[in-house]
Amino acid sequence: MNGDHRHPSASVGVTATVTRAGFLTSVQDLGRIGSREFGVSLGGALDPFALRVANLLVGNDEGAAGLEITLGGLQLRFNDERIVAWCGGEFEVHIESRRLPAGHVAHLQARDQLKFGSPKIGCRAWLAISGGVDVPVVLGSRSTDLRANFGGIECRALRDDDVIPLATWPGSPIPATTISSWTAPHDWVSPAKRDPILRFVRGVDWSRFNALALQRFTSEPFTVLSDSDRMGVRLDGLELERKDNVDLVSEAVAPGTIQVPPAGKPILLLGDCQTIGGYPKIAHVITIDLGVAAQLRASDRVRFSEVSLADAHRLLLERERELERFRIGLSLRSS
Amino acid sequence: MEIIPLGDCALIVRVRERFEDAPERTLDKVLRTFRRLQSAAIPGVIEFAPAYTSVGVFFDPIAIAKASGTTEKVFEWLATKIRGVLSSARSYGRRSTVAPCLIEIPVCYDPEFAIDIARVAEHTKISTSEVIDLHSAAEYRVSCIGFVPGFPFLTGLAKRLATPRRDVPRKQIPPGSVGIGGAQTGIYPLRSPGGWNLIGRTPLKLFDPAKNPPALLRAGDRVRFRAITREEFKAMKQ
Repeated sequence: MNGDHRHPSASVGVTATVTRAGFLTSVQDLGRIGSREFGVSLGGALDPFALRVANLLVGNDEGAAGLEITLGGLQLRFNDERIVAWCGGEFEVHIESRRLPAGHVAHLQARDQLKFGSPKIGCRAWLAISGGVDVPVVLGSRSTDLRANFGGIECRALRDDDVIPLATWPGSPIPATTISSWTAPHDWVSPAKRDPILRFVRGVDWSRFNALALQRFTSEPFTVLSDSDRMGVRLDGLELERKDNVDLVSEAVAPGTIQVPPAGKPILLLGDCQTIGGYPKIAHVITIDLGVAAQLRASDRVRFSEVSLADAHRLLLERERELERFRIGLSLRSS
Repeated sequence: MEIIPLGDCALIVRVRERFEDAPERTLDKVLRTFRRLQSAAIPGVIEFAPAYTSVGVFFDPIAIAKASGTTEKVFEWLATKIRGVLSSARSYGRRSTVAPCLIEIPVCYDPEFAIDIARVAEHTKISTSEVIDLHSAAEYRVSCIGFVPGFPFLTGLAKRLATPRRDVPRKQIPPGSVGIGGAQTGIYPLRSPGGWNLIGRTPLKLFDPAKNPPALLRAGDRVRFRAITREEFKAMKQ
């Protein structure tokens, strides 16, 4: 496997065919960086770490474009041999009749069909395909911006019978459909949890909330509402009231920001969130827990627990060091 | 000036507490801060989001830990760097502002597009033609781009035209729609939901992801609206 195999200049137009698009499937990479100034959302995989791991498993660059699958139902038929791996919620995934667990690596033959069932826990999965999905780069990313309608395949979510262009890859000597026995760490490939606790650091407007609101926020459960989407997770729970009612001036928000509109029900922002917002920001879910947040679905219950900013950074750096070791392990395996 | 964490991968440099009392001065200060930070190319800093009173700074904590050699004080290291950049810039490049562009935006105020102009006229107790005259006479400034890609929030609306947003936002607003929301005016670049009162439409494209830069306007630009007829609108649209 060659990690630097990136460009499809000599592409022979190999594709995978979408036999069923499922509930909501879109092309995503690690997001669109550099256009926030113009109001363009980061977007990309809502759990970028899951996509990075899946890409490493199939020998891609970490930032190669893959598919984000929401609530399953995707069926793909491959038109040449490929290596695939996926990370995410608790989905049943099959290659023909064989089960492909999260984080395991499958070598597929042409005509093989890959099927995602519906998830038992969580709601999203990221599928990496060796070579990567080869759609045009728009503003520095292959991600589909579903709100502003650009990028990805024809600026939209996948439909039945779509054809997914795949970049060429070096190929593999394995002549049959195989599934690896080895995998990546469980937390990385299966981050979804029932009723999770998300860790947060205090938000810019933390001290604008009254003592009761802060106590509720840190001790009570919140229920995920069904109108949640890639922009944010809408939560229901005991009302969070402010001490003041000063109108705030809009300023930057980020994936992980928890903002509280006047009705007192928090919204946890995800990757497709706006670049700026005017609601008070009570807290920010730490980056290492965004993968768990990306799995929240209607009627899940979530709690919040405070950590220091230094701890948030330490956890992120530790995971990055582990990923570096994993990357070295993978290169030893494939050399 | 305050530097406040915005989660673990971003922070906010707030240059002033309020905007309304001195919009021009505040915006100039925000833009100076934005440009200084941009040209300083601090290691680990990825991008910026300027808005009204602040500049959002997005960074990669892993790159900063590498650059700084500290894993414990990533935020403090970056905040110190930012303060350093801004204070040294203050000593010599005090007036290093880029002259803002003045962009004329043709707007058709025909009733076909101005579906809320009667509401604005009723609220402000002036005639619809006065609404058009006042709206197209003023010079505006882009205080921030956001909400959707390329959406300009414009300050400079005649006080008499201020009209509260609609109670129930529309689910779909056609691209190019010009609206009034409270004391601001703006233009919807894309088909999107929105609660502003629509008083006209421009044939110009405010956001095009195939272009560089993708947005017609950026924070700090000055804007004027020029009233055009339906025929001109149709001709320019082609």
